[in-house]
Amino acid sequence: MSPSDTLGHAAVEDWLRRFAADIAANKALLVKLDTAIGDGDHGTNMDRGMRKVLEKLDDLDGGDVGATLKAVGMALVSSVGGAAGPLYGTLFLQMGQSAAGRDSLDLEGWTAALDAGVKGVQARGKAQEGDKTMLDALLPAVEALRSAAGEGAGLAEALERSAGAARAGMEATIPLEARKGRASYLGPRSVGHQDPGATSSHLLLRAAADAARAG
Amino acid sequence: MKKLINDPDAVTREALEGMAVAHGDRVRVSIEPAYVVRADAPIQGKVAIVSGGGAGHEPMHGGFVGPGMLDAACPGAVFTSPTPDQMLEATKAVDGGAGVLHIVKNYTGDVLNFEMAADLAKGEGIDVEAVVINDDVAVEDSLYTAGRRGVGATILAEKLCGAAADQGRSLADVAELCRRVNAEARSMGMALTACTTPQSGEPSFELGDDEMEIGIGIHGEPGRYREKLAPAAAIVERMASVVVEDLPFNSGDRVLAFVNGMGGTPLIELYIVYRDLHRLLAERGITIERNLIGDYITSLEMAGCSITLLRLDDELTSLWDAPVDTLALRWGA
Repeated sequence: MSPSDTLGHAAVEDWLRRFAADIAANKALLVKLDTAIGDGDHGTNMDRGMRKVLEKLDDLDGGDVGATLKAVGMALVSSVGGAAGPLYGTLFLQMGQSAAGRDSLDLEGWTAALDAGVKGVQARGKAQEGDKTMLDALLPAVEALRSAAGEGAGLAEALERSAGAARAGMEATIPLEARKGRASYLGPRSVGHQDPGATSSHLLLRAAADAARAG
Repeated sequence: MKKLINDPDAVTREALEGMAVAHGDRVRVSIEPAYVVRADAPIQGKVAIVSGGGAGHEPMHGGFVGPGMLDAACPGAVFTSPTPDQMLEATKAVDGGAGVLHIVKNYTGDVLNFEMAADLAKGEGIDVEAVVINDDVAVEDSLYTAGRRGVGATILAEKLCGAAADQGRSLADVAELCRRVNAEARSMGMALTACTTPQSGEPSFELGDDEMEIGIGIHGEPGRYREKLAPAAAIVERMASVVVEDLPFNSGDRVLAFVNGMGGTPLIELYIVYRDLHRLLAERGITIERNLIGDYITSLEMAGCSITLLRLDDELTSLWDAPVDTLALRWGA
């Protein structure tokens, strides 16, 4: 297996740093999207959380991908607040559980980890696909990983397709009526706005594809 | 944005630091993680009551920490739920061996973070029950939304449960009382202006000079209906009739009427609202037996008000009259 077929610990760190940078760069956009249908704090909260994650990464010395993802989850749980804290925290904690003890993730390992994370988000938030939430970006991304693997795609190609599916899922939230979170209180007035959680989830998977290509 | 702040990201922390130096004799303030507990906590053998939520609703919840009400409050950033580590530390700080009741307003973030905190506290051997408050009748389609929001009934529940805990009742009893208060209370709010969070710097919605929002939440969420501004009596009729018919409150009922200011409305206007509410309820044969009027659950500088009605019986009335000694609510002490 060539190095580009796995995400080693350095590549996982690279992914997290890219995600932090993307969140910082899109903070104003996330605030704007959340102000339209929520309470306007998603960009600020995620940025605060990812800055905390960056501090954690600087202190890490281990090569255990699972342990790193768990540390990321705990950092988010204790710093983000809102709904995004427990949801993104659970995503990373479950990914970490799935990747425990591994020093790298191949496509199968990455898919299993992301799937475990997304299932955790579903269990915590009790949302379904189409409820206009982060799951609308995450669920198609897992699906795209599976079909890419089935077609024999390599890791970088599969993550690229998964990011593309997340983007499509994010854009598909625009006409949806929200059924979870604060946006649901708006009823039909939530239609016509892109979901901020799906937007940050797309950034997460976009960053993963970028890290895989670079690695 | 014009605000008396130093740093938009430090609003909660700096306000807590002010509270600590102002009221250190009555409350203990932890900055990291952020929580406020009564100075004499934990009270051995008493059920402890913890609440929390985003900042920006002052005096809720920190102003309600003290004898006869909350044992601890956990503030998040403005309009942002606090985090499980805060709730866990606050829960441990006030647990006197009789268990801890978490009073949670029904917002997705608050509910999820308190759920994680309760899991963590139970893991440390603390008996925790959580009751979710959801009294906002403005949210109609509750099957397909995150459900009705927790608003005015929250502080009524905090006061009444605080009194019940002082009587030495068990965690199960105090939690049951909390659920009963929630079941017997209904609220609705309206706004004349939006509010601006320090982090975003922009008003949460745009409202014309001659418009109002009916059915707003307490986080600057837009309301269910945007309407032309009307006289106070018409606004009260618009909100109170929905509140009354939802429970429903019937002729012969005795109630606690709570007229709450959203932060930017002067007390003189709240008394006009109370006058009109009193008249409307009298016409429907509903007697106001206790009242509360003022800014208790605010939405930063938003102008507007909310109306909460709680159906009373002798037990609830006597719990309401029991002594309370907090920064924002104080009598009999």
